Amino acid sequence: MALIVSHGHSVTSNPLKLSAPLGASMAFMGMDQTMPLLHGSQGCTAFALVMLVRHFREAIPLQTTAMNEVSTILGGMDQVEQALLNIAKRTKPKIIGLISTALTETRGEDMKGDLKLILERNPELADIKVIPVSAPDFSGSLETGWGKAVTAIIDNLAEPASAKQQDCNRVNILPGVHMTPGDIETLVDLVEEFGLKANVLPDLSGSVDGHVPDHFIPTTYGGATVDSAKNLGRAKLTIAIGEHMRISAETLREKTGVPYVLFDRLTGLEASDRLMVCLSTAAGKPVPAKIRRARSQLIDAMLDGHFYFGGRKFAVAGEPDFLWTWGKLISDMGGELVAAITPVHAAHLTELPCQQVIIGDFQDMEDQILEAGGADLVISNTNARLSCQALGVPHFRAGFPVYDRLGGAHRVHVGYRGTRDLIFQLANVLIDNPDHGHGPVPHSAEHDHAAAPALG
Amino acid sequence: MLNRKKIQDLMNEPGCATNQAKSEKDRKKGCGKQLTPGAAAGGCAFDGAKIALQPITDAVHLVHGPIACEGNSWDTRNVGSSGPELYRRGFTTDMTNLDIVNGGEKKLYKAIKQAIAKHNPPAVFVYQTCVTALIGDDVVAVCRAATQRLGTPVIPVEAPGFVGSKNLGNRLAGEALIDYVIGTREPDDAGDYDINILGEYNVAGEMAIVKVLLKRLGIRLRTAITGDARYNDVAAAHTARANMVVCSQALVTLARKMKERWGIPYFEGSFYGISDTSEALRAIASMLIQRGAAPELMDRTEALIAEEEAKTWAAMEPYRARLAGKRVLLYTGGVKSWSVIHALQEMGMEVVGSSVRKSTEADKAKALERLGGDEDKLVDAIAPRDMYAMFKEGRADIMLSGGRSQFVALKAKTPWLDINQERHHQYAGYQGMVTLVQQMDLALSNPIWEQVRRPAPWDIEE
Repeated sequence: MALIVSHGHSVTSNPLKLSAPLGASMAFMGMDQTMPLLHGSQGCTAFALVMLVRHFREAIPLQTTAMNEVSTILGGMDQVEQALLNIAKRTKPKIIGLISTALTETRGEDMKGDLKLILERNPELADIKVIPVSAPDFSGSLETGWGKAVTAIIDNLAEPASAKQQDCNRVNILPGVHMTPGDIETLVDLVEEFGLKANVLPDLSGSVDGHVPDHFIPTTYGGATVDSAKNLGRAKLTIAIGEHMRISAETLREKTGVPYVLFDRLTGLEASDRLMVCLSTAAGKPVPAKIRRARSQLIDAMLDGHFYFGGRKFAVAGEPDFLWTWGKLISDMGGELVAAITPVHAAHLTELPCQQVIIGDFQDMEDQILEAGGADLVISNTNARLSCQALGVPHFRAGFPVYDRLGGAHRVHVGYRGTRDLIFQLANVLIDNPDHGHGPVPHSAEHDHAAAPALG
Repeated sequence: MLNRKKIQDLMNEPGCATNQAKSEKDRKKGCGKQLTPGAAAGGCAFDGAKIALQPITDAVHLVHGPIACEGNSWDTRNVGSSGPELYRRGFTTDMTNLDIVNGGEKKLYKAIKQAIAKHNPPAVFVYQTCVTALIGDDVVAVCRAATQRLGTPVIPVEAPGFVGSKNLGNRLAGEALIDYVIGTREPDDAGDYDINILGEYNVAGEMAIVKVLLKRLGIRLRTAITGDARYNDVAAAHTARANMVVCSQALVTLARKMKERWGIPYFEGSFYGISDTSEALRAIASMLIQRGAAPELMDRTEALIAEEEAKTWAAMEPYRARLAGKRVLLYTGGVKSWSVIHALQEMGMEVVGSSVRKSTEADKAKALERLGGDEDKLVDAIAPRDMYAMFKEGRADIMLSGGRSQFVALKAKTPWLDINQERHHQYAGYQGMVTLVQQMDLALSNPIWEQVRRPAPWDIEE
């Protein structure tokens, strides 16, 4: 049981939090032929764009309503209208995700109302699904924005199915923002092993998985389509992953009547077991031999790996469901979670096996590690690198953004095999760094980052 | 709104020929393009201000706003420091719902106090953002109070995103320096050989190259504004004998004001390209001589130029045969194009296009001359779709650009070289051109291109 405490500082130093509009934009990256549009200053888009480009190493479509001084005073409806018309003319997307920011929400803009008027008077927008999302920066974080956008997509597109349209072999998947394209691909494969069909929303594995199209496309290429979103109502079951997807799963159930199962995580033996039981029940089929074999391999990985986790100290910093997934894996393997940092409050984190969860930043992570007398490994995004360098603690890159390592999109964290490989990756780092965490944090040159091996 | 007059003043720049050539009405629009909603690219004024000031490496840079402004952007620019690392830390007030309802002034004051207590910096820069400007937080008053009570200079930077482009933000940052920083410290070591370089941000740590050249001539760089700068050196920048402005659109106003206030002459130059580097060194020497340095400085400068130019061309010679005939698309913002075009042409390469988005009229004219008067090769911006087509149709062999457009080239299976702020190689000075040529050769000669362009076996028509 953990106590959740806010760091209580007025100054945030080395922020862990990422903005909700960025999370919402990412959700639209998983929709096919889509252009997300941030309703704010052009900087709101520029910063988010640079971060997405650097993380995914892909061209990222993301536009701005380019709010200026005058529209900030008089209202941004004209900006929204011009932006929609320009995008419709230049890039011809199927979907535009219209996402508010702190700027437009602070001035109290009625974006949805404005949008209704704009759509009424501009027939050229009739073929485009414009999906408004309220996701101001001043409320919540990356997961919040992602969850809100997925909910808005469901709210705008999903339709209840007639009895004839229902397909008892169909399963919806609502992945959280902490899942990589590789995770989604793996999950879909698992679903198909049971003879089921998966309908994923949003589907990053179709778009930012690093494929090379043979002609120029100004919008997203690949991902969930308008039709697949409409057809969510036909499924027998929805599988949502991560607490921040609860609201989306709930909305889908209300709209279409499709029941949902919410998995807190899909990493680890117990969590993977629950997934297999769920799929097996849904399919009415026993767990295939191939998957049973994979389970056995995971058990072996745990047997081989536990030596390197037991008694070691870990720090995890990230969004609530990221922290939950990694924190639980560490404790499943016998490691000790000495620093658990997250940017926003989430009630389920009280169940984390550590003393406290701090709502804070990377400065708090550094302080926690020092208080614990050091740590063996930090698991966090690239932004933790300054802290890790300062403390001389190895840094396993995970989450968003990771822009100083390759292959993040393809790393798999789910299911028996994903967990097996993760245990190996982590154990190898721990084997390389046997001496940390057993005394004061070293400051000598040979323990500096330059000497630390490249990880994660 | 907040600093309407200041912004209007910035729109009128006597030191800029382009600006003066405009009509009164056009001038008011500023030098950035009017932003088109739904078809705009680039940063906001806050972004520009932060870019211009953050390289002051020993200061705290505190962003007063909701999380996006700093949380989505901190420590992403690859500007180097030869000492302090404090500038890389991201500080923000992370304004949330309640803070916005209650007003953020108290939180800002506390944040300043906490940052000073923890890091004891020589100064704190506080950046205003859209939301805090909109709710009327008086950043200037908070900074004034904090300076008085806490004894550390706290400098307000009033460039919220919505006032305009990145370029305007650069210039508003210059205003903050002239209003609050430059001239606040009298150094005890001012001399006849001191210069400042304005608009240089030490990307990839390349100022080291420039410093070595200057040092060989006995010239001291008091400070760059603001690459690898220390706060106290910027505060003493008014004692330099000459200013060189390297990114004229960003900080020419600051240069002009420093001339008016302290009589420091300035010139616009660049350290990109061989001929530009030589020209810059000559201009620095001649200005210093006019202001009291010994005339023999020019002889030493000419000797150094002759030696370095010969060495550089010799170092580049082996690449000539490998690069000759290759076609380059030069798609840059800040880097002065014409001098780089000159060097590439000397290598036998063909420049098929060069963007002049941020160049002055004089630069454009020079670039045009280099390109044989072919106006079609000078472009403002190329739409990604057209750029992609250029590569697909084989009209360019390599693109030099910034990170945003890299995937247009890479997805078209075309070599690409980063010459923007995220790059890791130093392209300044004589040595920098050799590095650039080496990097181009590495990119073009990599064996992957032949492999990735080959169709899959099942796609080959018999």
